[in-house]
Amino acid sequence: MTTEPHDHEPMHEYDPHHHHPHRDDQDDTMTYYRIMESAVRELLIEKRLINADQIRDQIEKMDARIPANGAKIVARAWSDMDFKNRLINDPKSAVAELGHDIGPLNLIVLENTDSVHNVVVCTLCSCYPRWILGLPPDWYKSREYRSRVVREPRKVLEEFGTLIDDQREVRVHDSTADMRYLVLPKRPEGTDELSEEDLVSLIGRDALIGVVEVKAP
Amino acid sequence: MTGFTKGSLVRVKSHFPPSPPAHCRTPFYIRGCVGKIERICGAFENPEELAFGRLGGDKKVLYRVRFSQSDIWPDYEGAKNDQIDIELYEFWLETLEEERK
Repeated sequence: MTTEPHDHEPMHEYDPHHHHPHRDDQDDTMTYYRIMESAVRELLIEKRLINADQIRDQIEKMDARIPANGAKIVARAWSDMDFKNRLINDPKSAVAELGHDIGPLNLIVLENTDSVHNVVVCTLCSCYPRWILGLPPDWYKSREYRSRVVREPRKVLEEFGTLIDDQREVRVHDSTADMRYLVLPKRPEGTDELSEEDLVSLIGRDALIGVVEVKAP
Repeated sequence: MTGFTKGSLVRVKSHFPPSPPAHCRTPFYIRGCVGKIERICGAFENPEELAFGRLGGDKKVLYRVRFSQSDIWPDYEGAKNDQIDIELYEFWLETLEEERK
């Protein structure tokens, strides 16, 4: 097979190196569920049960929920023993002290200790403490994570770079029904001098799910 | 059925919901396993009814039940004290005494 000689390359005329991957637009196919969502939304608005601004407002609120909320809760618990006790015994009112109204959410706080490491999964779907942390990461919803972390949790943790000593129990929490879970990670050694604000910056989302531990800076 | 208390030994029923259509919140891997009540979570509307839009039914008691990994997976390769805590509705649980009869 011969190739025709080109007198020019079909490149981007203003930036020939502009080829970072774009995510495909996902609005090109009206799937069954998209049609259903539009139909239900339009009906609810038409029947004046809710209005478009309320839907927008809820999406805005959802997007404002981010893992940093959880990091602030943990840093406070590390810095204030009384708050930590309240957080474990009555999570809903403890997080309300930090301004998080978690609505109907039933929250359980799981404290990592020298003898137990906790990790959270929802094997059936993607239950997650969205009222505090926002949307779950894609891997949390993947079939692989959901099926393997209950079967071989230590191997899965190892793939996240987390090695838990055999003397420490690995306790998997399957979020199958009405409870939602927040892991309270262990405060790393050598951070006694750090302020609450500095501690916040150490705590990432994955530590709040329990697939990693928090590391000292 | 009487309520369970913290520490009660229970077995998860291994039946299947009538199908189709059916919806339940008891994963397949835990059915038939024996565990211990970790805490009582409260009473909630039955998800097996809610899934079909049937609201307002009786509330069902939800528990967290703790299982030994080695009891769930006979070939479990992690440490022997590893565990799983899982939320299960009362109507999916039976006492071991009942089973012996």
